[in-house]
Amino acid sequence: MTVTDDAPARASKSSDRRHEVGDGSVSGHTETINRPRADLYAFWRDFTNLPQVMENVVSVAAIDDRRSHWVVKGPNGSLEWDAVITEDEPGRLIAWRSAEGADVEHSGRVEFRDAPPGRGSWVTATIAYRPPAGFIGKAVAKLSQKEPSIQARRDLRRFKQYCETGEIATTTPPNPEPKS
Amino acid sequence: MRALTWHGKHDVRVDSHPDPEIINPRDAIIKVTSTAICGSDLHLYDAYIPTLQAGDILGHEFMGEVVETGPASTLEKGQRVVVPFVIACGQCFFCGKQQYSACANSIPADNADMGQELYGHPMTGLFGYSHLTGGYPGGQAEYVRVPFSDIGPIVVPDGLEDDTVLFLSDILPTGWMAAENCDVEPGDTIAVWGCGPVGLFAVQSAFKLGAHRVIAIDHFPHRLELAKGFGAETINFEETDTYHALMEMTGGIGPDACIDAVGLESHGMFLDNAIDQLKVSTFMGTDRAHVLRQVIIACRKGGRVSLPGVYGGFVDKFPIGALMEKGLQVKSGQTHVQKYLPRLMEMIGEGEVDTTFLISHRLPLEQAPEGYKMFKNDQNHCTKVVLKPSMAAAA
Repeated sequence: MTVTDDAPARASKSSDRRHEVGDGSVSGHTETINRPRADLYAFWRDFTNLPQVMENVVSVAAIDDRRSHWVVKGPNGSLEWDAVITEDEPGRLIAWRSAEGADVEHSGRVEFRDAPPGRGSWVTATIAYRPPAGFIGKAVAKLSQKEPSIQARRDLRRFKQYCETGEIATTTPPNPEPKS
Repeated sequence: MRALTWHGKHDVRVDSHPDPEIINPRDAIIKVTSTAICGSDLHLYDAYIPTLQAGDILGHEFMGEVVETGPASTLEKGQRVVVPFVIACGQCFFCGKQQYSACANSIPADNADMGQELYGHPMTGLFGYSHLTGGYPGGQAEYVRVPFSDIGPIVVPDGLEDDTVLFLSDILPTGWMAAENCDVEPGDTIAVWGCGPVGLFAVQSAFKLGAHRVIAIDHFPHRLELAKGFGAETINFEETDTYHALMEMTGGIGPDACIDAVGLESHGMFLDNAIDQLKVSTFMGTDRAHVLRQVIIACRKGGRVSLPGVYGGFVDKFPIGALMEKGLQVKSGQTHVQKYLPRLMEMIGEGEVDTTFLISHRLPLEQAPEGYKMFKNDQNHCTKVVLKPSMAAAA
């Protein structure tokens, strides 16, 4: 690792270095959001809000202050797991990890920083999935390779849209009636 | 409802679609009373713009009556509005700088990656202009869903007919911004390539912004006459060597600012153009850029280049050496329509800008395919086609 490079590890050309930030298949993405970070943190900290901006997440139910139950659309029906908050610094950082015995090992980390003056906040989401050995096979491999990184990037954009404008840009009605 | 849809190169049809509905709180539904075919629609017609899908509704110049509003819309049913072709949220970093055509929030997240791959950043949402710009159904239809209706549409004052205000949706502000991007100074000569609707509005706008002279370049006699009517001097590039003429007409200095109001389908019999065309047809390049090259070569040292003309991909033989060695400034972009609407609406109301001279044809929506064909094939006389959904189709 060079000391003359200020870029974050997730932008590294070296896959070894990219994976220093987490295990499994990792993707990170930063968006500027024109809102104070305290507000953005508050939205995210209530995990039951997340299905509004995360396309593949069907529901998140709070079990207690640190634990939540996730139902996520998978390639062959839904996947479920419990998640536990591992780090929580109000206004700055939330990290969580799937509880032991989850179908898919999953962890997430969202950091909230001040953007340059007048520009709101920088939100960086790092999502990691580890394909479980011998479980569900190819379908989960797909879920846990390229797909989640695209999904995470788009979800973060939806989060930005929702927080800045109060709605999510779309051309599709939520429950389109079947076209005759 | 009935709507004009794209089915392939030179294949557009009017067919039936479900009526649009309110999806988001800030939406409104507009019943279209007038909608125009834009020169940039011809780039879609000619299949130069990627990511169109068969069945997409085209059209981004439209106005009409508000017939439905979401709970957070500030419009009221019955109001007459002109709708900007750029969809902008009004709340992101870019909208805060009045760079509405760079809005970060109007592109659906699932459509954002294409623009990011192609241009380094996602496109902004536009009506009826491919999935690269969001896949929003366009305005050559009976009804349109308008997102962020509290930011874009401008209410038309009583007494102003559709034909006088329709072009606020795109080409009038586009011509205005093209001239504004020239940073006109007293004594300046502005050269405008292309006397289509945007070029003709750029001619008018350049004079309004204080240009001493405007030189308009085209090869269609009727369009050159229109430019002359607004006080421009003209060059017919088929009869005249444009570069040589511009130098002679500017005392050898060259125009102070040059506007490329042509864009990616510039034509004319020139060697570089023939090569471009070959490259486009063999997928070795995408845009034909004869005018852009000529603009950069003709512009005076330290001058300004303004590009309202649409480009979509890549060009080669770009005279980067001339750009750098002559110290040119370049300004470009899709129009920040919302920024210009109040001032231009006022100018129309006071009779300072005439827009109706442009309209050569008024057709029922049902005859839109004919309009496309005509606009493409008879550019001398067919300067602008306006479609009226309520007009009865000719038998």
